[in-house]
Amino acid sequence: MPFLRIALWLIAAVAALPLLVVLSSLAQLETTIWQHLISYVLPHVLLNTLLLCSGVLSGVLLLGVPLAWLVAQYHFPGSRVFSWALMLPLAIPAYVMAFVQVGLLDFTGPLQTLLREWLGQDLRLPTVRSMGGAVLVLSLSFYPYVYLLARNAFASQGSRALEVGQSLGLSPLQSLWRVALPLARPWIAAGCLLAVMETLADFGAVYVLGVDTFTTAIYKAWFALFSLPAATQLASLLIVVALALIAIEQWQRGARRYTPAGRPPAKRQLHGWQAGIATAFASAVLLAAFIVPLLQLLVWVVKAGWADIDARYIGFIWHSLLLASMAALVVVALALLLAYTRHRFPTRSTQLAVQVARVGYAIPGAVLAVGIFIPVAWIDNQLIALFGLHAPIILKGSVAVLLLALSCRFLSVGLSPVESAFQRITASQILAARTLGVHGLELLRRVYLPLLRGGLTTGVLLVLIDVLKEMPITLMMRPFGWDTLAIRIFEMTSEGEWQRAALPAVILVLAGLLPVIILIRTGDKQSDE
Amino acid sequence: MSDLLLKKDLLVLDNVSISYGKTVVLENLSLTLQRGEIGCLLGSSGTGKSTLLRAIAGFESLASGAIILNKKTLSAINVSVPTHQRGIGMVFQDHALFPHMNVADNIAFGLRAHNKEQKTARVNELLSMIGLEGYSARFPHELSGGQQQRVALARALAPQPELILLDEPFASLDAELRQRLAMDVRALLKSNNTAALLVTHDQQEAFAMADRVGLLADKHLQQWASPYALYHEPVNRTVAEFVGEGVILPATVISEHCLHLSLGEFCRLHNLPEDSGKIVDVLVRPDDVVHDDASPVKARIVSKQFRGADFLYTLQLDDGTQVLSLVPSHHDHQIGEAMGIRVAFDHLIAFGAQH
Repeated sequence: MPFLRIALWLIAAVAALPLLVVLSSLAQLETTIWQHLISYVLPHVLLNTLLLCSGVLSGVLLLGVPLAWLVAQYHFPGSRVFSWALMLPLAIPAYVMAFVQVGLLDFTGPLQTLLREWLGQDLRLPTVRSMGGAVLVLSLSFYPYVYLLARNAFASQGSRALEVGQSLGLSPLQSLWRVALPLARPWIAAGCLLAVMETLADFGAVYVLGVDTFTTAIYKAWFALFSLPAATQLASLLIVVALALIAIEQWQRGARRYTPAGRPPAKRQLHGWQAGIATAFASAVLLAAFIVPLLQLLVWVVKAGWADIDARYIGFIWHSLLLASMAALVVVALALLLAYTRHRFPTRSTQLAVQVARVGYAIPGAVLAVGIFIPVAWIDNQLIALFGLHAPIILKGSVAVLLLALSCRFLSVGLSPVESAFQRITASQILAARTLGVHGLELLRRVYLPLLRGGLTTGVLLVLIDVLKEMPITLMMRPFGWDTLAIRIFEMTSEGEWQRAALPAVILVLAGLLPVIILIRTGDKQSDE
Repeated sequence: MSDLLLKKDLLVLDNVSISYGKTVVLENLSLTLQRGEIGCLLGSSGTGKSTLLRAIAGFESLASGAIILNKKTLSAINVSVPTHQRGIGMVFQDHALFPHMNVADNIAFGLRAHNKEQKTARVNELLSMIGLEGYSARFPHELSGGQQQRVALARALAPQPELILLDEPFASLDAELRQRLAMDVRALLKSNNTAALLVTHDQQEAFAMADRVGLLADKHLQQWASPYALYHEPVNRTVAEFVGEGVILPATVISEHCLHLSLGEFCRLHNLPEDSGKIVDVLVRPDDVVHDDASPVKARIVSKQFRGADFLYTLQLDDGTQVLSLVPSHHDHQIGEAMGIRVAFDHLIAFGAQH
């Protein structure tokens, strides 16, 4: 059916459009803008981005890899709970983590107040609203990526390699350095890439923490200086950095393939002070990255009481849910079409088109907003010129364009579960159905849909929750008056009103727990097999 | 063509060719399967056996020729009856059961014209036929490989097709189960009077199950005959080398019916393929070479393979020629030892020598 393949390439083309638009702006450098950027913006933005990325990289490695090794290799008090609980921080959006930590650790916050009571009034701690604070906050937010991938790598690493190492006279610690870590390197690197990409894409957290990076610079150029060209140039630089990182990760992975041999290694029991250190380390990370922030949010919610809840809250929740469910349905419908086409015609070209369609997930939201806005504004102008329409805004600022941008960003999220569900349908199952006289819509109803139900549900849920938490695209592209929970958090935290940001934040965290639970359960299922 | 069809002919492949792009997979293949007959296509992997089955099922189109079922043309140039209208059952190597349905629903999948009672009755009938009464509520992942295979067969049999295609049906099962299931499946097909075409690379399986066996090699169907004929009367070297064990020895034609071999002189009823004085190739099966201490021909044992009931000896004659011999296993000789042999051909098979 050529219709399916045409649709596939059309989707891929639309998905790749923002990237191409932003990149092509590199070809037409505007000197006046660049002079301004080079003198006033770029030096500290570049330095900040470099410091932040390398800081977060070290942070997630220092937290993620040791935790993964401990949980995968040893039994210690609480290790079974830590194994899944250490993924919970994924449920807290970075911008929520940021304002909670600021509220917790600021001069007037509970920690410093308590320390002053104990140690005297002259005590001063470094402020969280700094580069160091940003590194801390983002490391606590993003270490689970490294932890999750490294843990799976360590746990699925066959025992054979470790046994060979030990038979050649390596101690357990030496076999960690010389066998386990090198074997797990591709996964650890993939986790680091995710963490650094999230850092580059982060807007809300660095905004709260007062650290200027590319994303905040794009936002300010567009909405404070009203210079879309400057925003575009900054976006093009950011996307070059992001693509370079992806290229480095692909290159380091090389052509190596690792297949586990032997059973997963049996876990050993830690005793005494070793067990104490392991439990203390894992507890400290879990407390700092999940439990304390969540408790602080709840305390704020209780303190603020019902005073802040008014009719507008229904609007926030309604807009959030409406936007998220529309985006989820659009994304999963597109994902179904893409995955089905690829399943039906498993050629190189369909495979390529599906890969291209996923590209939006690698593009930071702020960049994507710019990359969608420019062609949409162009179409608007063409429409105005052609039909002499007077309305200044046709597509710009419409829900449809916001949905387009969100679908572009999260198509990959929805596609993954749908594709893996398709992989479980074998060609012969479909052929068997056809030899039994079942075809067309009946085939869809009796075979495809029942087998895909799980994957489609997961896809809808994951996209739904990602859109709920999304901040920069919604902020920059929303129609007037379309304020969501994330926007409410942005507005309240911009004014330092932590308490009033707590209620929407709690709602987002609770919603965000759902995909984390799905992740934990699929992980368990895999390790059972 | 159609006036040539006999009444009992069910499936006719007439000069079928199949290609993928420019690669020709099968060329001018013709065969006929009668009602209730079980046919088997043998061949090593990549010889297009499965492709042919897929073409009969309607998953592949033909480059030329025609596929005719029950006097109705299913596939030809510009003709292709869609799979779901062909009424041909198919059983796959991976069983391809639907994981979201239990055994009963799987079997009933193709029973679309039946009402609920009819469906239940037919499912129960099939379940008892395959010996899985009481399994109707089980799900595929709760069944063993052999049970899954039988459910897959029941599912294909349920709508009572006249022809069933089986693509390496036992390949994913272990050897012992394979033998037993092959016999069970044959009995089941015969009792339903369902014709079947099966594809395998396992000769034992083909011989155990089929009324007719064909060898696919070099894009052609080399021979389409009974298992006995395929083994004892191969039409060419390819068949002789693929089917069974044996060696091919050069021989000189000495008359219209007789030839000279290093093992002696032998004659047969049919004409030999070459004139006197020419060299031909003769197929010597291990069961043609008989142990006989009285024989003047002596051979030295090069290697031996114990097979339980008998030994397969590799023997070397004085002139260096090697032959295989199947000897009852109480004749236990040592390697290097010489023993007397005699050649007793039931069928003298000779081909024109390869140049």
